[in-house]
Amino acid sequence: MFIIKCPYCGERDHSEFSYGGEAHLVRPKQPTELSDDQWAEYLFMRKNIKGLQYERWNHSHGCRRWFNAARDTSNDKIHSVYKIGEKPNK
Amino acid sequence: MTSKYRLSSGGQINRSESISFKFNGKTFYGYKGDTLASALLANGIHLVGRSFKYHRPRGILTSGVEEPNALVQIIKDKGKTDPNLRATQIEIYEGLNATSQNSWPSVNFDLGSINNLFSPIIPAGFYYKTFMWPASLWKNVYEYFIRKAAGLGKSPTKKDPDIYDHCYYHCEVLIVGAGPAGLVAAKTALKAGKKVLLVDERPNFGGNLNFSNKDYNKINELDPLEWIKKTCLELQKNKNIKLLSRTSVAAYHNYNYLIMMQNLTDHLPDKDKKEKIRQRLWKVRAKKVILATGSIERPMIFDCNDRPGIMLSSAVRKYANTYGVKCGNNISIFTNNDDAYETAITLHNKGVKVKSVIDIREKSDGTLTNKCRELGIKIYWKSAVIYTEGYKKITKIHVMRLSKDNTNVVGNKLKIDCDLLCVSGGYTPAVHLFTQSGGKLDYNEKKHYFFPKKNTLSQISVGSCNGTFGLKKIILEAQEKTREFLSISETEQFNVLEPEGGVFENIWLIPSNKISGKTKSFVDYQNDSTANDIKLALREGFKSIEHVKRYTTTGMATDQGKIANMHALGIVSEITNTKLGELGTTTFRPPYSPITFGALVGRNVGQFFDITRKTPIHDWHEKNNAKFEDVGQWKRAWYYPKDKENMYDAVQRESKAARECAGILDASTLGKIDIQGRDASEFLNRVYTNAWSKLAIGKCRYGLMLNEDGMVYDDGVTTRLSENHYVMTTTTGGAATVMGKLEDFLQTEWPELKVYLTTVTDHFATVSVCGPHSKKILEKVTQNIDYSDTSFPHMSFTNGLIDKIKCRVMRISFTGELSYEINVQANYGQSVWEKCMAAGKEFGITPYGTEAMHLLRAEKGFIIVGQETDGTVTPVDLQMDWIVSKKKYDFIGKRSLYRSDTMREDRKQYVGLLTNDPKEILEEGAQIVAEVKNKPPMNMIGHVTSSYYSPNLKKSIALAVVKNGKKLKGKKLYVPMQNKTIEVIVSDTIFLDKEGKRLNA
Repeated sequence: MFIIKCPYCGERDHSEFSYGGEAHLVRPKQPTELSDDQWAEYLFMRKNIKGLQYERWNHSHGCRRWFNAARDTSNDKIHSVYKIGEKPNK
Repeated sequence: MTSKYRLSSGGQINRSESISFKFNGKTFYGYKGDTLASALLANGIHLVGRSFKYHRPRGILTSGVEEPNALVQIIKDKGKTDPNLRATQIEIYEGLNATSQNSWPSVNFDLGSINNLFSPIIPAGFYYKTFMWPASLWKNVYEYFIRKAAGLGKSPTKKDPDIYDHCYYHCEVLIVGAGPAGLVAAKTALKAGKKVLLVDERPNFGGNLNFSNKDYNKINELDPLEWIKKTCLELQKNKNIKLLSRTSVAAYHNYNYLIMMQNLTDHLPDKDKKEKIRQRLWKVRAKKVILATGSIERPMIFDCNDRPGIMLSSAVRKYANTYGVKCGNNISIFTNNDDAYETAITLHNKGVKVKSVIDIREKSDGTLTNKCRELGIKIYWKSAVIYTEGYKKITKIHVMRLSKDNTNVVGNKLKIDCDLLCVSGGYTPAVHLFTQSGGKLDYNEKKHYFFPKKNTLSQISVGSCNGTFGLKKIILEAQEKTREFLSISETEQFNVLEPEGGVFENIWLIPSNKISGKTKSFVDYQNDSTANDIKLALREGFKSIEHVKRYTTTGMATDQGKIANMHALGIVSEITNTKLGELGTTTFRPPYSPITFGALVGRNVGQFFDITRKTPIHDWHEKNNAKFEDVGQWKRAWYYPKDKENMYDAVQRESKAARECAGILDASTLGKIDIQGRDASEFLNRVYTNAWSKLAIGKCRYGLMLNEDGMVYDDGVTTRLSENHYVMTTTTGGAATVMGKLEDFLQTEWPELKVYLTTVTDHFATVSVCGPHSKKILEKVTQNIDYSDTSFPHMSFTNGLIDKIKCRVMRISFTGELSYEINVQANYGQSVWEKCMAAGKEFGITPYGTEAMHLLRAEKGFIIVGQETDGTVTPVDLQMDWIVSKKKYDFIGKRSLYRSDTMREDRKQYVGLLTNDPKEILEEGAQIVAEVKNKPPMNMIGHVTSSYYSPNLKKSIALAVVKNGKKLKGKKLYVPMQNKTIEVIVSDTIFLDKEGKRLNA
């Protein structure tokens, strides 16, 4: 039901987008050095926050670019969107 | 034709246009402008249905969307019918044919009403308590009878022939509800030049003002109807507003996204319905929303309050004023407020006898009560109706005085004859849409209703849905709040005349002189939940209002508690001594009123349900009698039956031909991704399990792609076209997701890599020719290609020409035979295919479909991702360790292959299975056990993933995943089926040509 502002295309209906889970999870540079627990932490564990969450979105039926959004999961309000590699506006 | 209960004048019906319709097989007459309910009432018909559980006779209670009783079935052509429609909303038309529901054999004589006698033993939660055990009785006994006895309407048996439509709409201001509040809000919003959409579920705008008594209600000296007419004309003239009647808002979602259903033809005679869109689903994005959804009158809850002839007071007024119908000849009114007196005066003025008003209040000095006194209507103050008599129609009411604290009745019982009892328990703000949008409610302890407190969207509520009552206040509030909401400075003067009102008093459950448990005070009419059911639920420990609702089914009928919910909450609050504000409400969920599946689906039916993708060679397959298989959105040739061949025979023939002479397959559906850029090799290294840096230009390599969790995700052959240019193939079904995943990694994890991906699946047609004669065929078809094994060995690629058309030829094989894949620009696909067919004719070239392809690869033990794998299978499980690079530092999924769980030795592993009897073909999906027991449960250690009869090996072969399978080779296992147990021997996965000689045949 949301309207999402794609940083490349502007405001579009949510049905053009796909959700990509929690943002800012950095893939470990040296996975082989990690213990099973550390790897599992990266692979499986997600915060699933009630409140402001930074998450990945893909404009899959549009420009196909990935970007990040800061969304309040309790009311679905999107506070900001920003490109990959950028920092959210606090 | 005049009906018995039609008043001689008045109403907004067109008396010159008589309409005939059928109800329960009998013909009746009404006028244009009537609803089915008003037309039935004009004919003196109150009994229209039976209740859900006890099959008690039920009559029309209301005049609108909140109707719980008068549900009817509309019969159209054979097999075409609309169930569960409210007679109070159906506008009659010539040819309308409606019947009652939930009664058998008829509404007048219903065998199910025997349940009424058993009602003491059918309490709340009866179904949960009774039909629990023995389990064996469930399927054939309990379920059968419950289904037969329960259920309301009947669903149609034929395909819906009507046309439905969807419409997207954007506006600055959406106003829901065109009663006085909505009309004033619209007028005000237009002053600011806003683009406005005003919708109302009823056929006419004006809301309840349409049937207000004109002697007591005036706006700017105009009668209510005159003011509505003038206002609507004014609105219609304005280009900035769109007006939609018969349009019900079903859902109010976040971001001011609303779904509404507009009825376009249901009210028209059948002949005018043809070829027209029946209903339109509107998907509205509004910058701002003004809710003016009004309020719903409450009934009173007392013993036997459900008889036909007991109606809401406002509904009776509406039937009299709007439709010119008197609902009875000898009327009593039971009220707790002044509004019911307006009904009394209206009826009295129209010459209908109002015998008595029973009022729970001590007194009232309002304009209307005083007028009633003047008119000589008998008022019983501080009294209550405690019981009613009459089976199919009310005949008598019993009245007693209320004790001082309203908890009991005292004194003598008075019996009053009547044929209609109007009940009025005050009004409940319609906050449904407000709460759907995420708004929070507050409870007014004095006035006994929930009202909007805090909203999160750009939205306001005005008028009685906001808890504002009284015409003057409603109009002023609508203007003031709209002005503030839209920052408008202009104001309009409204001069409103309205009756001075008395105070409102409330009793949730009217006390009785009977002992508790002997009364039947209905809270939810449609689902037959009584006050006693609610009390029982509370005694049995249900505390949460959501639990009480589900246990008693209160508010769960098709009216979704529009009538029942407030009293249910009130009774729970009283008994548990909880404040209503703390108790809260049950959740209001969409839709507000039922919408059809047809409207939801719109035009997306039949061939428009989903996209169909066809290959460039599709026409040829069709002409050559191919049967097609759906693979994702693709239509793939499945097999090509000859003469009277069945599928099995065709597949056997095709598979044999592919190995003995030549086979040809349309492989155009395989996903193709063009990969270019400086770091293309490095990129492939990271996404595939094997190494790519050293792949020579012009060579092909099979790759396996994992998820980060180490499980097999996709596979396919990738070809290096030049230094920094590859073309990757994916599985048919995985093409889009693989592309998405690769893009994801490039954009988010490895932005430093210079790699560009383009999907080219649709740009190329792929013709795969295999078999011992394939080389000879290709030699005939292509020019300038040297097919010698030295210059064009297995797993390599070359550019070539077919006539003047450029093509890419790969020597790769999914069948284990010598095999070539020709890729040409899609437009040339079919001609290349036909060329191959012509060239191969002398060698017996045979087109084969996906089923033969599956069989052929199974003979070679090649996996199909999604058949042998299911997202829980690693390459090691597949015994494909050879393709997993140990040298590469990292690739997607590598680390997960070293987790303790993925390294377990006893995981399910990929094996072959051979049956003892070579003719016995296993069933795909069948479970495998090591030890057979007499009956389940048995310890299941795996399942069959692929199974075929191999015409080339002349025996049954199967592939499977089995726990610890690698170590079980040669061991005997069992596949227990319904009637037999099949013995199997675990074998190698490669059944044919283990050395791979045929690739170079």
